[in-house]
Amino acid sequence: MKGRSLVAVISAGLSRFGKREEFTGRELFLEAAYEAFSRCPDLDPRRDVNALFVGMMGESFEHQGHVAPMLSDWIGLLSAPAIRAEVACASSAAALRLGIFSVLSGFYDVVLVGGLEKMTKRSTPENTEFLGMAADFPFEQWTGVTFPGLYALMATAHMHRYGTTEEQMGMVAVKNHHNGALNPKAHFQKEVTLDAVLDSRMIAYPLKLYDCSPISDGASCAIITRPELARKYTDSPVYIIGSGQGSDSLALFQRDSLTSLKAARIAAREAYEMAGIKPKDVDVAEVHDCFTIAEIIAYEDLGFCNPGEGGRFIEDGIPMLDGELPINTSGGLKSKGHPVGATGVAQIYEIYLQLTGQAGKRQVEKCKIGLTHNVGGSGATCLIHILKGG
Amino acid sequence: MDENSLPFTIEQFYKFISEGRVAATQCMECGAKFLPPRPICTKCYSKKLRWIYLEPKGKLVTYTVIYVAPPRFQHLTPYAYGIIEFERGLRLPGIIRMVDSEDLKVGMELEMVFDSSPSNEWPMWPTYYFKPAK
Repeated sequence: MKGRSLVAVISAGLSRFGKREEFTGRELFLEAAYEAFSRCPDLDPRRDVNALFVGMMGESFEHQGHVAPMLSDWIGLLSAPAIRAEVACASSAAALRLGIFSVLSGFYDVVLVGGLEKMTKRSTPENTEFLGMAADFPFEQWTGVTFPGLYALMATAHMHRYGTTEEQMGMVAVKNHHNGALNPKAHFQKEVTLDAVLDSRMIAYPLKLYDCSPISDGASCAIITRPELARKYTDSPVYIIGSGQGSDSLALFQRDSLTSLKAARIAAREAYEMAGIKPKDVDVAEVHDCFTIAEIIAYEDLGFCNPGEGGRFIEDGIPMLDGELPINTSGGLKSKGHPVGATGVAQIYEIYLQLTGQAGKRQVEKCKIGLTHNVGGSGATCLIHILKGG
Repeated sequence: MDENSLPFTIEQFYKFISEGRVAATQCMECGAKFLPPRPICTKCYSKKLRWIYLEPKGKLVTYTVIYVAPPRFQHLTPYAYGIIEFERGLRLPGIIRMVDSEDLKVGMELEMVFDSSPSNEWPMWPTYYFKPAK
C-alpha cells in the first residue's frame, strides 16, 4: 500500500466549538454536516452518501445512547446505515478509519465520518467523572485519579527524567492560543501570556488550568470516497495516504514507559510506512494536546525530535505558526476546544483546510503533507493519519 | 485452606486488600507476574497460577497533586496521588496521605495502608492508600 491514496477527502465540515448553550449534540452535528454538504455542491447527500461512521465518547453527557442512526436522521439521511465508534477521545479518528476500511474494501463508494460531544451543560465534577470513565476503573478511577491527574503523572515523570520545565509546557499553551485567536471556530479566540499560564490555578500538579484543554461542545465531519471518484465531486480533494493505530494497557501504571505513548509510536510507524514518508516530510500537523505535556510527548513520539527533546523543540520555536513545522495551527485542543468525540475528525478538517489553501489567517505556505495524531484516554489508543494535497 | 484454590481475580485481590494484604499472581509455567492479578496467564495462556504476596511498601515512581476531583474524592482535595513500585517491579497507583506536597520526591519510600472495610455500594471494594515509610 506504500504511498498510495487510500481514500480521498472530498469535503469536510466543523461546527463552531465552545459553549454552545442553545444546542444539543445532534444539532451541532447537523451544523458540521451542513457545511460539508455546502462545500461540495456536486454531491447529493441523500443519493450519494452510502453510510455514516461516527465517534462519540460518552452516553452520560446527554444521557443518550444509540446515537449513530439518530445522527443519520438528523442530517437528513434517514435510513443510511450508521455505526458509532468509541475509543474515548480518539473516537472520531477511529470512525474515519472504519470509513476508510469500508471504502477500501469496495463495500461503499462514499461515506460520511465524523464525531461529536456535547459537554458544557454538565458541571465540572460531572464532566470529571464522565471523562474519567475512559481510565481503568478497578485501579485508577477507584483509587482517585482524574484525567488531568494521569497526564500530570506523565508530566512529573518527563520533568524528572529529561528536565522538561513548566515554562516549556506553558509555551505550548501560548502557541496554541495564538493560533486559536486566528480561528473563527475556536472555543478560545484570545492570546495568553506565559505568565498568565504559569499563574493560573493548579488542576493537577504540575498542570495548571491553562495547561488543560477546555470542556467544549462541538461536532466534526468529513466525506470520503474512492480516490478515482474524487474528481466527480470536487476539484480540490485531499488524499489520505497513511492510517495507523496502536493500543496499550488502559491503565497508565502498567505501561513500560511513563514519558512516551507506545500506542502513538506504533501508530506512527504504521502510518509513516504506509505513506512512504519520514517525519521530516511533514509540513503541518494537528496533534492531541489535551494537556500541554501531551503535545511535548507527541513531538517525540512522532519523530519530530528525539525522546526527551520535546521541551527544547517548543522553546526553539519549531512548531510555531511561522516555524519550521507548524503544529496545531487550528489552536489545537487547547484553544480550539476539545469536544472529545469530535476531535479526531476536527483535526482532519484543519489539515483539509491547510492542504486546500483555505485556512485563512493561519494558512501555512507551501504545505503538501499533513498529519493528525489523536489519542484516546491517557494513551491506550492512538490513531495517526497522513494526508496529501491534490 | 490452600489459597491457590481461590480465584485469581480482581474481586479476590480486593478481598485480600480488606485483609491487609497485597497480592499478585504468578504463572507457574513461564514465571510471568501480574498485578492486578489475571485468571489466565496472558503471556503463555497457562492456567497454572499461584498467589504471591508483596511486602506492602515501595518507591514512588511519579506523582501529582490533584485539586479538581470527581464527586467521590472532592472532599479530599488537594490530595497527592502517585504510582508506587513494589518489589519485583510490580506497581499500583494510589492516594498518598500524611505528606506535604513539597516533600513529594520521585524515589521516596512509601508504605501501603489498608484503609477501610468494603464500600456499602457497588463495587463493594475496600480502599488503600500510601504514606511515607517510617
